[in-house]
Amino acid sequence: MSSIRSRRSLAAVAGGLGFALALSACSGDSGGGGGDDTAGGGATGGDTDCAAYADYGDLSGKEISVYASIVDPEAQQQRDSYKPFEECTGATIAYEGSREFEAQLPVRIQAGNPPDLAYIPQPGFLKSITEDYPDALVPAPQGVIDNANEFYTEGWVNYGTVDGTLYATPLGANVKSFVWYSPSMFDEAGYEIPTTWDELIALSDTIAESGAKPWCAGVESGDATGWPATDFLEDVVLRTGGPDVYDQWVNHEIPFNDPQIVEALGTVGSILKNEDYVNGGLGDVQSIAAAPWVDAGLPILDGTCWLHRAANFYQANWPEGTEVAEDGDVFAFYLPGQSADDKPLLGGGEFVAAFSDRPEVQAFQAYLSSPEWANAKAEVTGQGWISANSGLDRDLLKSPIDILSFDLLTDESYTFRFDGSDQMPGSVGAGAFWTEMTAWFASDKDDKAVLDAIEAAWPAS
Amino acid sequence: MTTTPLPPQSFVKKEPGEASVPAPGRGRRLTRVEKRAIAAQGKLSSPWASLLAIVIAVLWTIPSLGLLITSFRPELDIRRSGWWTFFTSPEVTTDNYQEALFGSSTNFSTFFINSFVITLPSVVIPISLALLAAYAFAWIEFKGRSILFVAVFALQVVPIQVTLIPLLSQYVDWGLEGSFWVVWLSHSMFALPLAIFLLHNFMKDVPPSLVEAARVDGAGHVKIFFQVLMPLLTPAIASFAIFQFLWVWNDLLVALTFAGGAPDVAPLTVRIAELSGSRGSEWHLLSAGAFISMVVPVLVFLALQRYFVRGLLAGSVKG
Repeated sequence: MSSIRSRRSLAAVAGGLGFALALSACSGDSGGGGGDDTAGGGATGGDTDCAAYADYGDLSGKEISVYASIVDPEAQQQRDSYKPFEECTGATIAYEGSREFEAQLPVRIQAGNPPDLAYIPQPGFLKSITEDYPDALVPAPQGVIDNANEFYTEGWVNYGTVDGTLYATPLGANVKSFVWYSPSMFDEAGYEIPTTWDELIALSDTIAESGAKPWCAGVESGDATGWPATDFLEDVVLRTGGPDVYDQWVNHEIPFNDPQIVEALGTVGSILKNEDYVNGGLGDVQSIAAAPWVDAGLPILDGTCWLHRAANFYQANWPEGTEVAEDGDVFAFYLPGQSADDKPLLGGGEFVAAFSDRPEVQAFQAYLSSPEWANAKAEVTGQGWISANSGLDRDLLKSPIDILSFDLLTDESYTFRFDGSDQMPGSVGAGAFWTEMTAWFASDKDDKAVLDAIEAAWPAS
Repeated sequence: MTTTPLPPQSFVKKEPGEASVPAPGRGRRLTRVEKRAIAAQGKLSSPWASLLAIVIAVLWTIPSLGLLITSFRPELDIRRSGWWTFFTSPEVTTDNYQEALFGSSTNFSTFFINSFVITLPSVVIPISLALLAAYAFAWIEFKGRSILFVAVFALQVVPIQVTLIPLLSQYVDWGLEGSFWVVWLSHSMFALPLAIFLLHNFMKDVPPSLVEAARVDGAGHVKIFFQVLMPLLTPAIASFAIFQFLWVWNDLLVALTFAGGAPDVAPLTVRIAELSGSRGSEWHLLSAGAFISMVVPVLVFLALQRYFVRGLLAGSVKG
């Protein structure tokens, strides 16, 4: 009996040891194998002037984790822009980008391992985090508040503020009130860039009379299908209703299906549901629902479409070799207001929120809200990035559309408003608003019915 | 417990003597199962059935073929027209593969190695543990065995999604998050119920007389396990290994939730999920990415295919 039992336990011990050995061998292997790649990549040079970084102190050996929805190739530009900070303070920034950011962040918060900093792309999401996990976010420290007040307009600071507490400072920005066109086609046809809404409609009519379809659009975007149409409606609400109505609408002080919004949707429909206007190079009105937004502007290159309303970041969607410039293959003009003096501007951006109050995290958050970082980022970015930071040096921007966006953003004659669907509650701004706008195209749903359905989806509280 | 306990009677309906005969002997009367098998064989090998099989195979392959063709088309062609237009204007480029393989700031081989480092232990650990457990459930009598077995079996009902947050917070308490350990542990946990159940059923099907004979000859549990059962179980182990390999290799959820997307632990699937860029403007790379990640599972499947088919058959009509 004893011999059998001891043999059995010996076997068990041996088996267990075998496992342990195999496991530890593997883990040792991987730890060494994976680590060294993060250090690679293009350095920005070692001769950084560290004077501006003295305030952050010596952070040698400290690590700060950053989680965001920005992935490669833009993620590499983010990492490169941290180099001056890392060199001068000795801290290490562990940047992690994921397209699943919005789903994963709440999971991490709930499980107790949130990142030190997160780049949150919607003020609405920031608000819902403060409501769902009241103790997770750390209010911005004084250094960050000072930077925010000094370098950002009040509007931008407010988007990162929840119930009077500043949690997050703006990081990047984008401008959505743009119409992409082909400068050479405009030259040949002798068309002028419209400066008022009426001129824009007149231009569309002229193009339509020539037998072409002036506009092309597409709202397909995977899980987020419909969002490009929400931007269009927001832009038009800003123009037909004005910024005040827009604010009331976004904050649900007037119902979603207010008569002024119905009118705005009708105006959108006079372009996007007009058989004479759409859908250049892509099909009929219904094709808007199924056309991928990333490809919807491409007919401009073929000459089958003249106008495509999209944000400044649409420049990444032009195929390689397309010249984006005022005298190039494609460029964008500002989507005009009712009159030449009425200049509302729709845009968006990300916000840096902290989940830790360790000194190195606060230092890095302050750095991200400073002009030093904005300029470092502009230096390492080829195209497609701007910031609302007033300390950003315009000369560092390389792409003409980025320069134009930055000019509009910092020009005080333009009234800036943040993307409304990003501020609404998730069930509307990332739910009913998208699906109903898609149905508006796909099944030719009635204007009023669409807005009624979205209003019904607004959370009761 | 002075002697090794007798193996329980197997509940296979066949008689032990008959089941242990490796192939049906000539002149023996055929059982009903065998008659049905022969009839089915006749039906399946008719020319019409073959034609149908070929048609189904072709239909099933067309999407993959389209994906393959797409992966070699230039960016603008992919974005503006369907893959079938390739035949009228063939234009081939390897740019997509170049970009998918080398376009990231992290070397592509890192993700490949991470995938292997994650997958191999995640296949070996559950199979090893499940073999031991299955042996105990099948051939060792102990109190509460049936209840325990049913409990393990019932664990398969638990959807993996509901375990994500509790498990992750547990890992955070232990300070393990963000390492390979949590991925191995999690994959092992999720695989064990099915692995134990499958391997147990295979072990049960081994004729008790074989085990009894070994025991009469003085073999203990260890010897029976390694020298009598293991050789018979190879097809079962191989087929489960393929299942588990494919599942872990293709997994995004577990790796992303527990290990995160940091380059030192992220597997290939994480890279592919991000291939299309922050705003999806690079989606033309996805077909190339899909093919790159498909290479390894296809190789594994082809290499172990023989066992796989044998393993599947072993469960249904046992000779």
